[in-house]
Amino acid sequence: MSTHSITLKVNGEEHTREVEARLLLVHLIREELELTGTHIGCDTTSCGACTILLNGRPVKSCTMFAVQASGAEIASVEGLATNGNLHPIQEGFTEKHGLQCGYCTPGMMMTTVALLKDNPNPNEEDIRWGVAD
Amino acid sequence: MLYLDIVRSPYAHAKIKNINIEEALATPGVVSVVTGKDLDAHGLASMPTLMSDKQMVLPIDKVKYQAQEVAAVVATSRYAAADGVEAVEVDYEPLPVVVDPFKALEDGATKVRDDKDSNLIWHWETGDKDATDKVFDEADIVVEQSMYIPRIHVVSIETCGCVASFEPIEGKLTLYMTTQAPHAIRTVLALVAGHVGLSEEKIRVIAPDIGGGFGGKVPIYPGYIIAVAVSFLTGKPVKWIEDRSENLQADSFARDYHIKAALSAKKDGTLTAIKIKTVADHGYTDAAANPSKFPAGLFHICTGSYDFKQAHVEVDGVYTNKPPGGIAYRCSFRVTEAVHCLERMTDIMAHELDIDPAELRMKNFIRPEQFPYSSVLGWEYDSGDYEKALRKAMEMIEYDKLREEQKEKRARGELMGIGISSFTEVVGAGPSKDYDILGLKMFDSAEIRVHPTGKVMARFGTKSQGQGHETTYAQIIAEELGIPPEHIQIEEGDTDTAPYGLGTYASRSTPVAGAAGALAARKIHDKAKKIAAHLLEASEEDLEWEQGKFFVKGSPDRSKTIQEIAFAAYTNHPQGRSGHLLRPTQLDLSFRLLHLCRRHRPGHGRSQDPPFRRRGRLRCSHQPDDRRGADPWRSHDGDGARASRRDLL
Amino acid sequence: MIPASFDYTCPKTVAEAVSLLGQNPEAKILAGGHSLIPMMRFRMATPAMLVDINQLEGLSYIKEEGDWLEIGAMTRESELDRSELVRKSYSLLADTTRVIADPLVRNLATVGGNIAHADPANDHPATMLAYGAEVTATGPDGERSIPIGDFFLDAFTTSLSHDEILTAIRIPRAVEKSGGAYFKLERKVGDYATVAVAAQLVLNGDGKIASAGIGLTNVGLTPIKATAAEEALTGKVLDDASIKEAARLASEVAEPIEDQRGSEEYKRHLVRTFTSRALRKAQERAEGGGV
Repeated sequence: MSTHSITLKVNGEEHTREVEARLLLVHLIREELELTGTHIGCDTTSCGACTILLNGRPVKSCTMFAVQASGAEIASVEGLATNGNLHPIQEGFTEKHGLQCGYCTPGMMMTTVALLKDNPNPNEEDIRWGVAD
Repeated sequence: MLYLDIVRSPYAHAKIKNINIEEALATPGVVSVVTGKDLDAHGLASMPTLMSDKQMVLPIDKVKYQAQEVAAVVATSRYAAADGVEAVEVDYEPLPVVVDPFKALEDGATKVRDDKDSNLIWHWETGDKDATDKVFDEADIVVEQSMYIPRIHVVSIETCGCVASFEPIEGKLTLYMTTQAPHAIRTVLALVAGHVGLSEEKIRVIAPDIGGGFGGKVPIYPGYIIAVAVSFLTGKPVKWIEDRSENLQADSFARDYHIKAALSAKKDGTLTAIKIKTVADHGYTDAAANPSKFPAGLFHICTGSYDFKQAHVEVDGVYTNKPPGGIAYRCSFRVTEAVHCLERMTDIMAHELDIDPAELRMKNFIRPEQFPYSSVLGWEYDSGDYEKALRKAMEMIEYDKLREEQKEKRARGELMGIGISSFTEVVGAGPSKDYDILGLKMFDSAEIRVHPTGKVMARFGTKSQGQGHETTYAQIIAEELGIPPEHIQIEEGDTDTAPYGLGTYASRSTPVAGAAGALAARKIHDKAKKIAAHLLEASEEDLEWEQGKFFVKGSPDRSKTIQEIAFAAYTNHPQGRSGHLLRPTQLDLSFRLLHLCRRHRPGHGRSQDPPFRRRGRLRCSHQPDDRRGADPWRSHDGDGARASRRDLL
Repeated sequence: MIPASFDYTCPKTVAEAVSLLGQNPEAKILAGGHSLIPMMRFRMATPAMLVDINQLEGLSYIKEEGDWLEIGAMTRESELDRSELVRKSYSLLADTTRVIADPLVRNLATVGGNIAHADPANDHPATMLAYGAEVTATGPDGERSIPIGDFFLDAFTTSLSHDEILTAIRIPRAVEKSGGAYFKLERKVGDYATVAVAAQLVLNGDGKIASAGIGLTNVGLTPIKATAAEEALTGKVLDDASIKEAARLASEVAEPIEDQRGSEEYKRHLVRTFTSRALRKAQERAEGGGV
């Protein structure tokens, strides 16, 4: 059972932690860094509630070990708003009631941010494909 | 914080011969391993269900379903707890399993429960059997069908879990949990754990924002009780969050009704009677989250939207080696099952009679002039025009055109189906005639506070899981009081602050708590009118209301907004209209003297040790002389005088 | 859902990785991790060591070289999905990549991992069988090439030795009048295939089939190459009769078992249906009629 010193940037802030090899990235984010906006829904790489951006690409943080993210730049939902202003995606979700219980919403928003970065004018099919298909 | 993880049974029915916890206890980070015997020592190994059955928290001798909780590992981290679970060795002796409720009812079937005579939990029937049979005997046509509405698990995106935090000094438990019914949970916990000192005023349940419920977050699962027990015994907060596999395997189910139905009719399509026999698979205990007075919930809404003269329903509740449950998923209690059965039978009858299924429904709907209508199985329907609704729906989908299209397609060998269903749903649980839960009947409540600036804090006994109560309730209050919804803060889920309510499930929150909110808002509205009259020096009869303000009839300029009235309610209200506001007429000025006495021993030049002793305390109120004698709170004692003044308006 | 403890290593070179594998018989390779990590979370896999090959240089590329399209083992599915070259000339591969799991998984999951994991429900294996691909394995003695037909030995078992790493996969370079298609039925997005069929056709100048490749997903312990169906098509014109016969032969070689995704009969029916559809689509594409 190895432990590792890792350094990674989360929402622009650098963190160094001593972690057990098996610590999942989502647990590092939630428990160690106390960024609890990233949620755990399925535990098994299905639902996407735990989606974060890893070097700009949306991935499921439940299916990666924290040690693998050493040196990476991570963006979580907490990093969307800047200077107290909601990110346009957050504004959009609010305005259009784009949530019910809101549990998976952080994952949906992170995925959406990445989708729009790749494709600023998606049609419905692009959105369906980009979010879940 | 301590973390809990649970050892679960790989067997659906087995004797627990031994639980070896040595290796688990030796696992780094593991604090303890809790078994049924440990809980039994505190009288917590089992708990009553809402249906007055018995549910194991942790088993002492046998497991009754696959994935049942067998032991719990308490550790300093979630990871260590999981390692501990791996290290617990349970020696099982597998027993014969019964998972088919029909087989469970056969003679000689494996008995699921040692404390019961058979696997039949209860038999319930309603309606006039003989009269119904007679109608069937006289019917032109009878159709029959068996159908199975399978067991489902609801899979809210957030699994269930809690942090139980018992504070030994205060003797108070705070339980943060993903529950749809925080107050009911508090009451049940007090009933389960009252004997160890957790009485209701010592329990605070807080349901924060929760990730979906669908009925699955109404029950109390063993994990909650174990977490509470461990926190109680250790004095430390304990976190238990089930993972998705546990949620899928062990949490409460919905449905699982095996239905056999018969429908009778005249040749012209008049439906005359319905008979239903159902075998309800409840798993190893009857833990249905069913607050009605009927064991099969509201299943006897099965005459639906049609005017049946006779009906008879029988339901047998059966034990099997499956997880318990019976929750209101996507509808009230067993209404989905009832409606599915009836509508399917109606379609079969339409097919048999070769009558268009829409026409058959139209012919049998309860007519507008029959309302208020009493169904043959005892439900009161207040109003409706079902035929009009169906005609409207048919127009909207261009029903006739669809039928034409279907005919053409069928001629070409292409299949196309058109489905129609009407649904009389019983929601808003519920009137005490039909509902009860732990003797509480059913109700819900709202508490509205209007702040001096006209902003509102409203608290409810329900608990949103994503339904948007914050929006709905704010809109209701906004409509009643003319205060913008964005100035209305809605709170639910904290039993220390919210008024008592039965929670959110089975489509009850808006009709019950929302209505309570409207009634409370109307009381405030009435009071506001009195204050407005006082402010405007007009009589109440002369005031008119338009959204957000009262004005004097014929003088729209003479008006007071609800915000002005709110301010006046704290500052300038008519005599006798302040509610229980305490309004002192004068400041309470008190001063204290610390009376210090220095003792000298005669002939001795230095002070005694300790040099100072507190002699006493003198506290006086500055008091207008004319009222002193009348003050009932004033008291005197030898050390000084204590006096205080309260001035109740 | 917490994995058991393990030692983590992150070699910088293939040689170092191979050496670590050689020294640690209980070690597993961690590539995209989207099969391995869930299995570890269920504790169905409890490797004593992980050899993370994500930091190895030079294993992520898509390029045509000589007679082959060469793909580095650590190429992410999303990179395949975005590759213009793949979209333009390798329609079967493009089809396959797009139906693997979901877009988030595809951002980390690798083509090498999809093949080396040898899950008969994975999608690339059948496609590689249809293409007649070759796998490059790198071990202590250097590289060797393994024809894909010799690669899958059993469920989750390949002909790689413990200290070999799948470093590349190569597909015969696209020729004129060639095309393919992948048809997959999944119960929901992100599910494994109930049944999927990969078909690749190369047509002669006269429109007859020069060569056919058909691979079947999740209808046996390994991905299955429908050799008899391929042979029956060779030299023929693709018409109703030849399609029907090929579909029949493909469904015969399938070995599906009844499970929660359907009965054996249903799955054989799907093999027939999808073989027909994939062949028609492959031909349409080979004739330049669509992507």
